Amino acid sequence: MSDNENSTTTDRRIAGLSATRRAFLSGAATAAVGLAILPSFPSMVFAEAKSGGHARFAINDGAQTDALDPATWQSSFTQVVFGGTLCNALTELGVDGSAEPDLAESFSSSDDMKTWTFKLRSGLKFHDGKNVTSADVVASFKHHMGAESSSAAKAIVDAITDIKAADDLTVVFTLAGGNADFPYIVSDCHLAVFPAKPDGTIEWGKGIATGPYIIDDLQPGVSVKMKKNPAYHKPGKPYFDSVEFVNIIDVAARTNALMTGEIDYMVDADIKTLTLLERNPEVEISKVAGLRHFTFSMNTEVAPFNDPNVRQALKYAIDREDVVAKAFLGNAKAANDNPIAQQIAFATNPEPVHSYNIEKAKEYLAKAGLESLKVDLSVAETAFPNAIDAALLFKEHAAKAGIEINVVREPDDGYWDNVWMQKPFVGVDWLGKPTCDSLFTTVYASDGPWNDTHWKNARFDELLIAGRAEADPAKRKAIYAEMQQLLQDDGGALVIAYALFIDAMSKKIGHGPIGNMLQCDNFRMAERWWMA
Amino acid sequence: MGLATLFGVSIIIFAAIAVLPGDFAKVALGRSATPETVANFRHLLGLDQPALLRYMHWIGGVARGDFGLSFSSGTGTPRTVASIIGPRIANTLTLAAVTACVAVPLALGLGLLAAMYRNSLLDRVLNTATLICISFPEFFVAYVLMLFLAVKIPLFYSLARISPDMSSMEMLARMALPIVTLCFGIVAHMMRMTRATIIGLLASPYIEMARLKGVAPWKIILLHALPNAWAPIVAVIAFNLAYLIVGVVVVEVVFVYPGIGQSMVDAVKSRDIPVVQACALIFAATFVILNLLADVLAVASNPRLRQPAS
Repeated sequence: MSDNENSTTTDRRIAGLSATRRAFLSGAATAAVGLAILPSFPSMVFAEAKSGGHARFAINDGAQTDALDPATWQSSFTQVVFGGTLCNALTELGVDGSAEPDLAESFSSSDDMKTWTFKLRSGLKFHDGKNVTSADVVASFKHHMGAESSSAAKAIVDAITDIKAADDLTVVFTLAGGNADFPYIVSDCHLAVFPAKPDGTIEWGKGIATGPYIIDDLQPGVSVKMKKNPAYHKPGKPYFDSVEFVNIIDVAARTNALMTGEIDYMVDADIKTLTLLERNPEVEISKVAGLRHFTFSMNTEVAPFNDPNVRQALKYAIDREDVVAKAFLGNAKAANDNPIAQQIAFATNPEPVHSYNIEKAKEYLAKAGLESLKVDLSVAETAFPNAIDAALLFKEHAAKAGIEINVVREPDDGYWDNVWMQKPFVGVDWLGKPTCDSLFTTVYASDGPWNDTHWKNARFDELLIAGRAEADPAKRKAIYAEMQQLLQDDGGALVIAYALFIDAMSKKIGHGPIGNMLQCDNFRMAERWWMA
Repeated sequence: MGLATLFGVSIIIFAAIAVLPGDFAKVALGRSATPETVANFRHLLGLDQPALLRYMHWIGGVARGDFGLSFSSGTGTPRTVASIIGPRIANTLTLAAVTACVAVPLALGLGLLAAMYRNSLLDRVLNTATLICISFPEFFVAYVLMLFLAVKIPLFYSLARISPDMSSMEMLARMALPIVTLCFGIVAHMMRMTRATIIGLLASPYIEMARLKGVAPWKIILLHALPNAWAPIVAVIAFNLAYLIVGVVVVEVVFVYPGIGQSMVDAVKSRDIPVVQACALIFAATFVILNLLADVLAVASNPRLRQPAS
């Protein structure tokens, strides 16, 4: 899953979109060494963390309908505040992108990767002092499962056929098929552990969970005040005495609030005024390349995109660096038609690297038996930020290779219903996922629910199943390398660039390296940061 | 009459929302939703019923004072629209009331002054200043005020975040900038209307008579002209008060003030149709009620209209 549902008329996004950076996790349990782009100081020395202080974080997509029910968390506000600050899951995404134990102290699997056993830490307590047991975990997972479920996380837990509490602290999962990435899957913030009720459902309404902060005052759509959980299971954490999350939709209002010291951190700084903000000595700008990426996706079942040569021609006919510089004002990283970001485990950079190459584009057109080519490209501002500019630049680039791109500006409203998956060549905003398997399964497998390129590749599907249950990292690496190569050579997605998370914060806030999978330090800034 | 208008408006609101593109269940669940999840959700919301039936259901509920359930209701956790927008309406009314308390007397006073000293320097300055104020779009005024009165000179808060546990003084301090912004927008209109009405009356014979009798100028304006000028002035005041409730969307969003305008923006964004419909209906009702009130006051201030025509 992936995409942006946040929308404000003033912000980069537009009303009526769908999902904001929901992070849907699943993925490689082996340690991934992320190539994080850290905040713009190459030789940063991280200060010693210390306790105390009150931090105010401004997020931009809260709504008055925000509920504590984990099945409904769609926005970054709910996922950061409830998922990352009020709750814990069995595992969490570490700063290096690996799945680390959180409520679980250890996990292991059977040889076929179909049965997974998680052992909870002993002495875990909910905010009201009750012990956390395996029954709570089982209930928290069941909350999203079943045919009737309309949970945002339903697709994630669909592969689980059975959950059992083996004893008070042990939970055993049985999966439909082997999945080496299961520890990643359970780090998803929707799978937060809430107290179970006697009837096997969970009690989420009271806002009692296990996380680093306890809710003090909850005003949906306005602000959430929280205080430190003194019994938190991580020694020394969290550092702040209290935190407050404020919902400020308007980017100018957010920026002013940071300037006047009414908040200490803002998500999504405005790239148009970034230079002004950078001049302020009190403010630090953090730029982190995450998993989110933008594509122009072709329907590979429809002419002319059903010819792989035409797809290659188009992939060589775009100057990605130019798009990054002009459409994204330098706040993105050019991609190489590989949707797998470099910090994901088993990511490769397929050869030959697709750069702007008019000769190559013409060569592929000739191979397809075409003198020239004329295609429609459907975009809207909602497709991804500045998608229209990107499409117009692409039109210029491609014209030099004899490809005429007619940029069709679609209405923002209903774009994801009437244009995406309907029109043959469209702009798409992907949130990305932290593992090869989860991204491939949902977007590039023949039967993937969001296979918007309608790409059906038997070899790719076969490798997908093999890679998922492969225990040997070396073999997995080879499998995923081949899959990424297939996508780059033959797939229907022209991957333009990876987006950066651009946030601004007061210099008073101290932090270590910032996680590069999900925004707000993988949703855990309240737990990981401190007052310098 | 007012009820018939509201009934008509309700049909327009419902129809307008019904023809919006995009499937609400799909939008609400985001692109991550699988078709079966969407189908489950549509059924849960009753979106799979025909539109006419849904309209009847909705309007029937509204007639009973029940705005229905928000789409954000989970299974087993009903959230009524009323519980979502209730506190927000209270906030918006507070902001509107405080603004009105500042803006109406200010506008009347300035209007009367301008009328008394018409064509003087004061009159011209007031006219020019108010015209300038009214010409700038609200968000621009809001940002400029924020820049100068919060960022450059830290007099006021740049965010108007209020919470129930604040003292009323602190609330007022936090609401200062939105109040000033709104005043900029409405004072001009009311003031100019007051001035124009009074000046129009000053040419009439009975004022001439009063002047010849040697009544003091301020007395003429206050005691002779004003009572006959109420009708048009009240109509303009009513229009502006309605605007304070209906038109605060931009100001609320910019200053992060938790009012009904933000509710509406929120609800449109998350496609929470019952909330959008309720907000739209409340806005329409505000106009209808305030206009009715203005008519009543106009009649009350004019003895000739109080007699039924014989």
